[in-house]
Amino acid sequence: MDRRDFLKKAIGSGIAAGSTLAFTDFSEVGKLWAASKESKSAWDLVAVKGGEPDLMFDSAIASLGGMQNFVPKGSRVLVKPNIGWDVPPERAGNTHPKLVGRIVEHCITAGAKEVSVFDHTCDNWRQCYKNSGIEKAVKEAGGKIISGDSEGYYQKISVPMGKRLTETMVHEALLEADVFINVPVLKQHSSSMVTIGMKNLMGVVWDRRYWHRNDLHQCIADFASFRKPDLTVVDAYNVMKRNGPRGVSVNDVVAMKAQVVSTDFLAADSAAAKLFGLEPADIRHIKIASEMKLGQMNLKELSINRIKL
Amino acid sequence: MNKFDLNIDKTVMKLRYLKTLRMVIAVVFFMLTAFIFLDFRAMGTRAIAGEVLYLQFVPSMLNFLNHAAIGAAGFILVLSFTLLFGRIYCSTVCPLGTLQDIISRMTRTRITGQGKKQKRQRFTFTRPQTMLRYGVFSLTALFFIAGSGLLLNFLDPFSNFGRIFTNIVRPLLLAANNLIAHLAEYLGSNILYQVQWQRVAPVSMGILIAVAISLAVLALVGWLSARHGRLYCNSICPVGTLLGLFAKISLLRIQIESSSCIDCRQCQWVCKAGCIDLTTKSIDISRCVACYNCLAVCPSNALQIKNHWQQHNRRELQQRNRRQLQHHNRQELQQHNRQELQQHNRQELQQHNRQEIPKPRRREFILGMTLGCIGVPTGHMGMTSGLMAMTSGFMSMPTGLMGMPTGFMEMTVGKVYAESTGQLLQSRPTTIPEKRTSPVSPPGSVSIGHFTSTCTACHLCVSICPSGILVPSFLTYGISGLTQPHMNFQSGHCNYECTACTEVCPSGAILPISKEKKKLTQIGVAKFIKENCVVYTDNTNCGACSEHCPTKAVHMVPYHNAKGRKLVIPKINESICVGCGGCEHACPTKPYRAIYIDGNPVHRVAEKPVEKILEQKMDGNEDFPF
Repeated sequence: MDRRDFLKKAIGSGIAAGSTLAFTDFSEVGKLWAASKESKSAWDLVAVKGGEPDLMFDSAIASLGGMQNFVPKGSRVLVKPNIGWDVPPERAGNTHPKLVGRIVEHCITAGAKEVSVFDHTCDNWRQCYKNSGIEKAVKEAGGKIISGDSEGYYQKISVPMGKRLTETMVHEALLEADVFINVPVLKQHSSSMVTIGMKNLMGVVWDRRYWHRNDLHQCIADFASFRKPDLTVVDAYNVMKRNGPRGVSVNDVVAMKAQVVSTDFLAADSAAAKLFGLEPADIRHIKIASEMKLGQMNLKELSINRIKL
Repeated sequence: MNKFDLNIDKTVMKLRYLKTLRMVIAVVFFMLTAFIFLDFRAMGTRAIAGEVLYLQFVPSMLNFLNHAAIGAAGFILVLSFTLLFGRIYCSTVCPLGTLQDIISRMTRTRITGQGKKQKRQRFTFTRPQTMLRYGVFSLTALFFIAGSGLLLNFLDPFSNFGRIFTNIVRPLLLAANNLIAHLAEYLGSNILYQVQWQRVAPVSMGILIAVAISLAVLALVGWLSARHGRLYCNSICPVGTLLGLFAKISLLRIQIESSSCIDCRQCQWVCKAGCIDLTTKSIDISRCVACYNCLAVCPSNALQIKNHWQQHNRRELQQRNRRQLQHHNRQELQQHNRQELQQHNRQELQQHNRQEIPKPRRREFILGMTLGCIGVPTGHMGMTSGLMAMTSGFMSMPTGLMGMPTGFMEMTVGKVYAESTGQLLQSRPTTIPEKRTSPVSPPGSVSIGHFTSTCTACHLCVSICPSGILVPSFLTYGISGLTQPHMNFQSGHCNYECTACTEVCPSGAILPISKEKKKLTQIGVAKFIKENCVVYTDNTNCGACSEHCPTKAVHMVPYHNAKGRKLVIPKINESICVGCGGCEHACPTKPYRAIYIDGNPVHRVAEKPVEKILEQKMDGNEDFPF
């Protein structure tokens, strides 16, 4: 019960504890006050550095007012990590299992009825689930890991704002979820330069080939308009700097020990792109999404809580 | 009566339990073998496949002949057992045999009267199908010696069982699974999961042929077993015929003690091989599948298991005496008890004939077979060499001729299927067909030659491949390789870390291979058709191929384009490509892929990808870049 206790404490005193390190000026204090009053966070985005993936998330979610701000009691939650590849956690091809597990725990503590986790993988799905360590982490945390490997799970939807992607098949778990938490891993990517939150959403659709042959970046941006995640948690603990998205060996990976959490997926992607060393506007799908006004690409417009552990 | 027979007499009651024992062993073998083929959730198949299938005759023989591995000597054990106890393989280990027994048991039970009493239909003695039997066997042997395993593969009972279970039973099971999984998920349980059909079996000519053949064999075997018991095993099955030859000289065999037989015919009624002839009180031991049903029903203990070799010696002595007797005192002979003579003489006449005339021929035949198998020419074989050469010529000819249309046909069918599932189509279809010079055989299969000459097309690898990319071929390997599996990257790729097929292949067509070695085995090489590539045709980024590449043999390089966009296009480093098909699987172009795997007829060793250390050091204390 230690962890639960910790979570409760974190939720109670989270805002103060989480943001002490970020006190830079008095406007922030004002925001903090406002946040605690409404029990909503004042931060548009929280960036954490220097801790383990699970601990970084504890402090980030605390500074956002705790998971109950996002997960109402009795709700159905979908946590969508990147589990695309049959590689172990240290290869950073998938979201870190510790992070996924901790997010599921927070959801359950907040009173979620059901927390589902899946990805439409690239390598054999069962090997991916197993060797990524995510299946085990989710089960231990009390979540449900489900298959995304059969077309039977996908339903046709239309993408109203879509320019090239007007309709696609989406996993029913997303359609049934009350709360959608996107948990991408930050990686270099051979086709989209970098893969973060928006690119991670390719794992909830059935036919990815269509995206690839119909202007990939446009499709990524198009689909982002379908359903915005309620929370985007970017895992930048280990970051694959080359040979992405699968990677060839651990030599492709650097230990960045960072995490970005935001309700604005475009803000999260932009901040993560910066962490990676790229300008958000240079990544075409981020730029298109910004033009579609799906979120805030300009980080200067955001209130950011920067936490160093 | 010698000491041994006396012992048998004492244990005669226990003989009844032999049937029970046989049934238990058969059920265990059958269930395990079936499980291995149906284990789509990978719940332990790979750990037990080697042990369970060790005794499967044809795969074991091929494995032994190709690799002379002691670990593959299961068929020698079977032969030894047969020499000792007769064809127990057919009633215990052989899954097709047990399948026939199950069908026979179900169909022969008819409801009589008010539907309360169940009564079995009766078997009777049947004449041996000598011509058919030895004809099929000889033809199979000839084809095999001539270098074509076609007949052997299609007549091998284990492989037939495998094909029936892979291509008929397994899809039915998956359909049932998907239905139940759907219901369970509706009720909130994810204990089962739905399985994607396309993953399991991309529709192709190969799979259609495999299904058709499996259905035909199932229909034939089913009908024969329903009407005539084990007729298939005693007329068509080459393993049955070969083991029958060994059984003829077996040590222990069932015999009818004419003195105790009361002619009740119960043994005949339960003999599914139809080999008990009560008019002569003899059992055709070459057709007896050692099911021991007769032992369980005989009310007078007239059926006994006897040591044939001791009797044989005794009888030969008697015969010699008799011949002298005949020579010296013919008239005296006639005064002998006629009934006894009739009983004995008929049996002994047969024995005599068998021993005097056909035996050397048979021995020579078996010897020739064995020598032929290991490549030693014999005089006996020389006679048929012309025929063999003709057969081999016939077999090899279509290979070259059919190579192209096969690929084309399989592709077409596959594509049509793919088209029907996706509603959104690429505006401009690709125009340049892939130039496939060789099919792709799985890692561990060494070469196309090794693979096709050893594979019995039992389809275990097809069943077991987690990515569903091993599919039965049509004419990819020529007529001789009909339904032998090849790698099809239509709906999946060979998982870099996976060695499943190499762990289960019973015939050694796919040899065991370590993960490390597999990662360096080049089964084919990626080929790029720039003119089909999305980056070239649409000037948009794609890179799906490079995404999936586990070695980055397919990597992206800057592509200068008319629109001045920041684009990258694939480039292939063939030396580190392993031919896993990730690129081909992911490539989104239709109908022809922009990148595809061309098989290596002989597998090569790929170079290890060079791993440079990243120079960029991360400092956990540095500030956020925003």
